[in-house]
Amino acid sequence: MNHLTDLPAWAAIPVCILLLLGSVITLVGSMGLIRLKTFYGRLHAPTLGASAGTILICVASMITFAVLQNRWILHEILIIVFIILTTPVTLMLLGQSALYRDRIEGKNDVPGKTTGEQPDTSGMDI
Amino acid sequence: MRYWFPYPLLSLALLMLWLLINQSFSPGQIVLGSVLGIAFAWAMVNLQPDKTRLKNFGVLAVLAGHVAIDVVRSNIAVMAVILRAGKRPVNSGFVAIDISLRDENALALLACILTATPGTAWLEFDRQTGVLLIHVLDLENGAAWSDLIKRRYETPLKEIFE
Amino acid sequence: MNELFIIWSILASQIVLGLAMGCALFRMVRGPRAQDRILGLDALYINAMLLLLTFGIRTANSIYFEAALIIALLGFVSSIAFAKFLMRGEVIE
Repeated sequence: MNHLTDLPAWAAIPVCILLLLGSVITLVGSMGLIRLKTFYGRLHAPTLGASAGTILICVASMITFAVLQNRWILHEILIIVFIILTTPVTLMLLGQSALYRDRIEGKNDVPGKTTGEQPDTSGMDI
Repeated sequence: MRYWFPYPLLSLALLMLWLLINQSFSPGQIVLGSVLGIAFAWAMVNLQPDKTRLKNFGVLAVLAGHVAIDVVRSNIAVMAVILRAGKRPVNSGFVAIDISLRDENALALLACILTATPGTAWLEFDRQTGVLLIHVLDLENGAAWSDLIKRRYETPLKEIFE
Repeated sequence: MNELFIIWSILASQIVLGLAMGCALFRMVRGPRAQDRILGLDALYINAMLLLLTFGIRTANSIYFEAALIIALLGFVSSIAFAKFLMRGEVIE
């Protein structure tokens, strides 16, 4: 490896810690996809990788490039912003459509519609 | 003024986006970014989104702080739940909450806050009855959750938007 | 010593992210229902984006950042289209 040897110790140690922490949190989130038993439980798991994992790894990347190129590098913030804005929208819509399908099939472990009409999704149209 | 700059915050955000992508603060890029920001704000007028005015920026800052704390805390809690899931059955369930928030943008923000926090997921909001259905991963009792959400998120959102 | 440490920790985090992608892939292939598969796909592309970022750190090449940015921007569109499809049976109304 070439350039990483230029990284001074005070920058290398936080980068290592952030990278390892971020990837382990992402792994735990993805393990949740396997270990949790119901779909609605699994719906919570990817948020872990999307919020904590993305922030930690992007900060590590920011520190590395800023120290190597000796100037402020901020464009990883864009990835953090996009992921944090878009993941909730996906999960919300996915949860809604799962609820809709379960109701159509008449599963009794999901709460019924409060008004008793046809399920209307106009509230959360994208 | 309002005619020429219909969405000043949006234009400013687009300008910041442009400068971050190009990674330069040269005058040329600032001019180009400003032009793009204003042009896209005009395009936004044609989409006719709901007009809301943010009222209370102090409350907004406090809310942002609370959300950050809650996200960190629930990240740790959800990690614990997942790691223990093999030994202990996960005690998850649905919670229905009556909320009185009606503003579109405030509801969208509430939805994003609830879903971005691991451990709670927004499922459905019924506009006629005002009942919000969420799913909670680590459920002890539903009443405490509905109380928490009403106090911690709904009240400040009402102060900000309505 | 120092450089060895950072190289090993980048390698370790890449392996861990690869395992995370494997978990998401498992859910995508196995998933009993369609929504489980979409959830797996969603987790898969986020993990892939993080893996690209670690490759960027490893090679100091900013082209990986561009790829990660595109995935972060456009990946969710596919998940939303799938979720819409599950709900209505059609994507564009």
